[in-house]
Amino acid sequence: MKAIVHVTLKPGVLDPQGKAIGHALGTLGFIGVGEVRQGKVIEIELDETDPARAKNAVKSMCDKLLANTVIENYAIRIEG
Amino acid sequence: MKSAIIVFPGSNRERDMAVALRRASGHDPLHIWHKDTEWPEVDLIVVPGGFSYGDYLRAGAMGALSPAMRTVKQRADRGVPVLGVCNGFQILTETGLLPGALMRNAGLKFICKQVHLKVEAAQSVFTSGYDDGQVIAVPVAHNDGNYFADEDTLNRLEDRGQVAFRYVDEGGGANEAANPNGSRRNIAGIFNQTKTVLGLMPHPEDAVDPRHGGTEGAALFDGLVRALA
Repeated sequence: MKAIVHVTLKPGVLDPQGKAIGHALGTLGFIGVGEVRQGKVIEIELDETDPARAKNAVKSMCDKLLANTVIENYAIRIEG
Repeated sequence: MKSAIIVFPGSNRERDMAVALRRASGHDPLHIWHKDTEWPEVDLIVVPGGFSYGDYLRAGAMGALSPAMRTVKQRADRGVPVLGVCNGFQILTETGLLPGALMRNAGLKFICKQVHLKVEAAQSVFTSGYDDGQVIAVPVAHNDGNYFADEDTLNRLEDRGQVAFRYVDEGGGANEAANPNGSRRNIAGIFNQTKTVLGLMPHPEDAVDPRHGGTEGAALFDGLVRALA
């Protein structure tokens, strides 16, 4: 199965890259664009076949490496 | 003073650090490859600047997992002084030896320039060469130097005197104009609770020779030698 991890900055943590993207969208003429936040997506192929065990393993990966929980939140989706 | 510099793939300030340590102590520091877990006892461990592992995932995230860092963490827990500069500071926050995180500069630009720092706490092995409140000029060179910690952590750092250096103007004012990267409360460097671990973004090792354009980083190394030799 496959895990898809979304890592995003916590609310309240300044995201200068998101701000720059929002500004660039405005420059391109897109109207009605509010706050833009940038994060990252990490896809992980897993041998595990049990979704609950897979999610637990990926949660541990997030806490130990994939996210810095001082500044980032993460969300895990298991597919397949 | 015997010292060791941890070298990662992508480190690039280890030579500058070695020059500064040799100049102050008269001894060549050991260079420890990031895969080495067993090396001689030293009086000071330095995690130098650079771009370990190309800043993949987050600056310092991969370096923090290097085998050599396990030894650094064990020795730091025993009280061996550890200095992290620039990427070294990022690595020390990622290992949990120092609180907070270093984020992308608020202005999104790589910053390479001379800044002024206020020495907030001169009572440590790292800062005893300075006076409390002294303003020094040293360079910064980084892309991710924007220090972040939540308000509770920041208040705790201030209460315990763990803020080592702050970005200030020439007169010592910690204002927004003097903050090069958006760091919370203009923080440029912090100690751990016992003040045996220091992380800072600026490069004191690049201000030890008149040909650097200034020598105000030298007192940090001279102070270390006096405290640890």
